[in-house]
Amino acid sequence: MPRSTYQRLLGFFGKLAVLLILGFLVLPAAVVTIAAFNDKAILSFPPRAWSPRWFARAIEYQDFRDGFRNGLIVTLWSSTISLVVGAMFAFVLDRYSLRFKTALEGVLLSPLVIPHFTVGLGFLILAAQIGWTRGYPVVIVCHVVLVLPFVLRSVYVSLRNLDQSFELAAASLGAAPLRVLLTITLPLLLPGLISGWLFAAILSFNEFTASLFVTAQRTQTLPVAMYNYVREFADPSMAALSVMYIVGTAGLIIFANAFLGLGKVLNIEQKLLKEAP
Amino acid sequence: MTKQESVTPGDEVAVRFSAVTKRFAKTVALHEVSLAVRRGEFVTLLGPSGCGKTTLLNLAAGFFSPDGGEILIDGERVNDVPTYRREIGMMFQNYALFPHMTVAANIAYGLKARRVAKHEIGRRVGEALALVKLTGMEDRKPRQLSGGQQQRVALARALVINPTVLLLDEPFSALDKNLRSAMQVELREIQRKLGVTTIFVTHDQSEALSLSDRLAVMSEGHLRQLGAPTEIYRRPCDRFVASFVGDANVLRGRLDRIDGAEVSIAVGAVRVSVPSGSLQGALASAPVDLYVRPEHLQLTEAGEPSARTGTIVGQVFQGGHVDLLVECRDPSPERLLVRSAGYKAMARWPVGAKVGISISADEGVAFAVS
Repeated sequence: MPRSTYQRLLGFFGKLAVLLILGFLVLPAAVVTIAAFNDKAILSFPPRAWSPRWFARAIEYQDFRDGFRNGLIVTLWSSTISLVVGAMFAFVLDRYSLRFKTALEGVLLSPLVIPHFTVGLGFLILAAQIGWTRGYPVVIVCHVVLVLPFVLRSVYVSLRNLDQSFELAAASLGAAPLRVLLTITLPLLLPGLISGWLFAAILSFNEFTASLFVTAQRTQTLPVAMYNYVREFADPSMAALSVMYIVGTAGLIIFANAFLGLGKVLNIEQKLLKEAP
Repeated sequence: MTKQESVTPGDEVAVRFSAVTKRFAKTVALHEVSLAVRRGEFVTLLGPSGCGKTTLLNLAAGFFSPDGGEILIDGERVNDVPTYRREIGMMFQNYALFPHMTVAANIAYGLKARRVAKHEIGRRVGEALALVKLTGMEDRKPRQLSGGQQQRVALARALVINPTVLLLDEPFSALDKNLRSAMQVELREIQRKLGVTTIFVTHDQSEALSLSDRLAVMSEGHLRQLGAPTEIYRRPCDRFVASFVGDANVLRGRLDRIDGAEVSIAVGAVRVSVPSGSLQGALASAPVDLYVRPEHLQLTEAGEPSARTGTIVGQVFQGGHVDLLVECRDPSPERLLVRSAGYKAMARWPVGAKVGISISADEGVAFAVS
């Protein structure tokens, strides 16, 4: 049956819409990447002359170096703490029937709906009360709160997908609860735990709004350092840094996907095992 | 795995359920079920899904505790003993082999949990693999094994710890038919060889009949009947057991007379004698239903005195036997299934033939019509 003009038009505009959406998704990154190679000291687009010198400038700039180091410290602590806390809450939510389960879940996921600046401002006020505004702890605690919902979700979903008969089998073989946890549950949850941690790390490292409130000069993270830089300068070193940011994060995700891809295969195979004829 | 010479089940009770009740929310999953499994015995819990058989098995395993009654393993009350202190071996429906461990590590898991010495673990894992004919598969991962091999690993893992009782939760349901019967034979051989007390859960009545020393038929949380497979098959205690285990034809008859342990029942133009069973005290000429197995019905030429008369409406060739479907009109429209051992029956009783049906002497059970 020949397709009607209407159907062909619909198909054409459908494809066009998808292409446009995809284009807009990568557009900012593309523009910034091109701008980063501008030889001039202004963020003009498109550049007339090309140079990689702003990359060197971005790497050498002391505020960025400090911001990177601070960001790493905050990220490693906050994502690790939120992984432990989130995993424990995920266990409680999955395994126990509590009276206030829905309420607990709501509280744990509330940072998703509370604006980051509110969280940042809240922690700033609290920190000022106890005179903690200058250190890492307030930044780390703030980040833990912000990334906790994501870690919780990730671990919770992995727990839901974990076939409980593995744990029952281990118990039937004489393994006490702690041994079951260490030898069966945690190894089988590992892909979920790692992806949760990684998600938290990326979110924490990129977090800006709340960090602006809770960081001090000594503890400012990379996004905050970048913000302070653009307020004074408008040269392409910002764009160069952005490109490095993108490449770094993408590299991490590709690496993780290779690793977690394996994990997913493992999950699928567990399911096949279950349904093996 | 210490091999025990005692192959026949003894009188000693290995697992005892006494008036065990289990509720989930508001539904009663088990209602005062009592059952004693003797040492070395192979007992099957048989019933449709939702009858409570798996709940009973899980109670033995200790995955949850009963709301009433007692469970004893080796004479010890285990109601509050956690699973990992119960000395049970369990095989799950999906095998639940640990996907991140090799075959050898899977089998060694229970021994490690018991802190058995390393060289001893190696020896016993080797023995267990030999027992299930998987020597050489030590380093494979579960996903590299076929369904049958996975099952053997699961069996080896459950047996290597010398459990007091082996619990099997529908272990054959995922296997295709040929592999299933091969594994059934093998399981029974191994079970006899080791003399391990076994509780087996299934909804497959033919599996239950062929494997068990004794059979416990369950429905709706009640234990309906407990007995040897032949006893359950020949003398089911109620209508549920009669129709759930094996095929059954239901023929309406009339009670002729009760003579001690025997009753005589008039069905059509013939009389059959069956055990009085539940009919004790019934009134003469009361209507009764006679449950007869298809192989206990015979076809006769039309015109001879018979229990029913009818027309052949279907033939199903089953290889070893033939199922003939007979449509009867008198006294009420019904279809009866007659099983004949020889394929020659197909030529002798073609579709459309008028036939009479007679009942083998002594076979069948009768229940009062309420």
